[in-house]
Amino acid sequence: MNAALPEVFHLADAITIRGITKNYDEGATSTLALDGVDLSVRRGEVTLLMGPSGSGKTTLLSIMGCILRPTCGQVLLGGRDVTALREADLPAVRLRHIGFVFQGFNLFPTLTASENVELTLGLKGVKGHQAKDEARRLFTLVGIAEKYDAFPADISGGQKQRVAIARAVAGSPEVILADEPTAALDSHTGKTIVEMMAALAHDEDRAVVIVTHDNRLIEYADRIVRLEDGRIACDA
Amino acid sequence: MPPLARRNLFHDRIRLAVTLTGIAFSVVLMVVQWGLFEGFSSSTTGIIDHSHADLWIAAKNTTYLEQAIPFNERKYYQVLATPGVGHAIKYIVRWSYWKEPNGHTETIAVVGCDPDSFMGGPYNLVAGDAQQLKQPNAIIIDRMYANKLDAHAIGDMVEVNGFRAKVVGFTDGIRAFTTSPYVFTTFKRALDFTVIDDDQTNFILVKAAPGVDIGQLKAELQRRLPDNVVFKTAEFSASTRHYWMFTTGAGIAVLMAAALGLIVGIAVVAQTIYATTMDHIREYGTLKAMGAPNRYVLGVIMQQAAIAAVLGYAIGMAVSVFVVHGASKGGANILLSWQTAIGLFFLTLGMCASAAVVSVKKILSLDPATVFKS
Repeated sequence: MNAALPEVFHLADAITIRGITKNYDEGATSTLALDGVDLSVRRGEVTLLMGPSGSGKTTLLSIMGCILRPTCGQVLLGGRDVTALREADLPAVRLRHIGFVFQGFNLFPTLTASENVELTLGLKGVKGHQAKDEARRLFTLVGIAEKYDAFPADISGGQKQRVAIARAVAGSPEVILADEPTAALDSHTGKTIVEMMAALAHDEDRAVVIVTHDNRLIEYADRIVRLEDGRIACDA
Repeated sequence: MPPLARRNLFHDRIRLAVTLTGIAFSVVLMVVQWGLFEGFSSSTTGIIDHSHADLWIAAKNTTYLEQAIPFNERKYYQVLATPGVGHAIKYIVRWSYWKEPNGHTETIAVVGCDPDSFMGGPYNLVAGDAQQLKQPNAIIIDRMYANKLDAHAIGDMVEVNGFRAKVVGFTDGIRAFTTSPYVFTTFKRALDFTVIDDDQTNFILVKAAPGVDIGQLKAELQRRLPDNVVFKTAEFSASTRHYWMFTTGAGIAVLMAAALGLIVGIAVVAQTIYATTMDHIREYGTLKAMGAPNRYVLGVIMQQAAIAAVLGYAIGMAVSVFVVHGASKGGANILLSWQTAIGLFFLTLGMCASAAVVSVKKILSLDPATVFKS
């Protein structure tokens, strides 16, 4: 595990970003996706990132998730500067501290639901019976224990997103980053999923950041950050 | 850990069938094309390679088996008198004519040998033996050419260059590179069959005495026979093969076909594995986003390629054995040696790994934003 970060961090500010700018260069053209963004994401809170398409939400989420490097600025994860880390060190940081939930679920279709979770646990060093037991516990937590051995193709969209949530929280990362987690779901299922994510923030003291266009999620948010043209237009 | 590579490969049976078919097809293509080349190549030198001689002596400027012109047999006695020579025989390989009972004529290559010598005689005998050549008018032919020569059984009578000849044995698998089959007989009878004077020969085959350095013996014989050329057997084989493979259009055509077979095979395997890997690019992107180390992603992709390579190779090789067997019954000479089989295994493995590496490069340079798109 990376030496630059503690195994588990306890700061209230899970992620702090300072003066983040991101340019996408393509030939002679340069597109400014983020322009001097400052933001702190706290544990125990659900933070919604909202804004029109092209406002920089997904870029910001990618930078917070250490998937994308900013053009300039700092990203602090648990108080440590991850922008100073080598590229090769970042996967270990993501694996240990961040769980991802994707709009399209991104489950491995060739693995069963439980194996999807076991794979993540395996990457984190939890293997064998221990991994199976932990996967079973997480499936019970997200309410789909009966789908343990099902393949993703054989379960509904809502159940897939629950598997994705179980996978995201496997190994207890402090931060959950979700990109439009309800976009592919009906309103009832979407509501259940967001309630579940809110519970992860409030009951398990995680920082949950959700990128969404869905105004119905606002009632579950502790904080709403609205982006426009790569800048924070509103933080409430 | 769940076996992601194996599952990726076996989960979609149709995709798996397409992948394995692609690899197996490539293996069969490479076996057939390379086997034709090897068969073609080896048939030019079969007589030399099976001669059990250490040295071949021919007329000066001879570069290949069928080119040799007769020279005086006095040289034979000079050879016998050379220290270090253990055993030597006069030998003939020369074109002649075969007349079937129905009057049809075929061109043949007469091989005149000494039935009592272990050098240069008929090999792979399936009926009769070399000693039978001591019978009057005796000849031995390969059963592959029985129909062509219209001689199907021991005792069949034919005519060679106007002389009566009786079939006393059959070999198996002694192919002629040209369309003219080899016909074994005694040296003395071969003189008649090929119209060579009684005091001439067109080769001398030499076996060195035990413990004698063949290189030194060759040099000594060359010194004593300045009007002849002395080859080690391997050198004469290489020289003959080189002549037929590289100075005639036929050899180059087969070589190009073999090269083309390899290139097409490589392209098919590469494309197949690349497509199989790219089918799962979204999952690899997800793995990377989740924080799986590159070595894990690389391991999954390589494992997937290796399993596909081994299975595709096994299927392809099984089909190839049938193809080679069937082709030999049909008269085609496709050689599948164990060296070729092993070489193709590693080539297939290497091709699959290389194709996977190309897709890995693409995966490792994935735009991270792609994992956040539905």
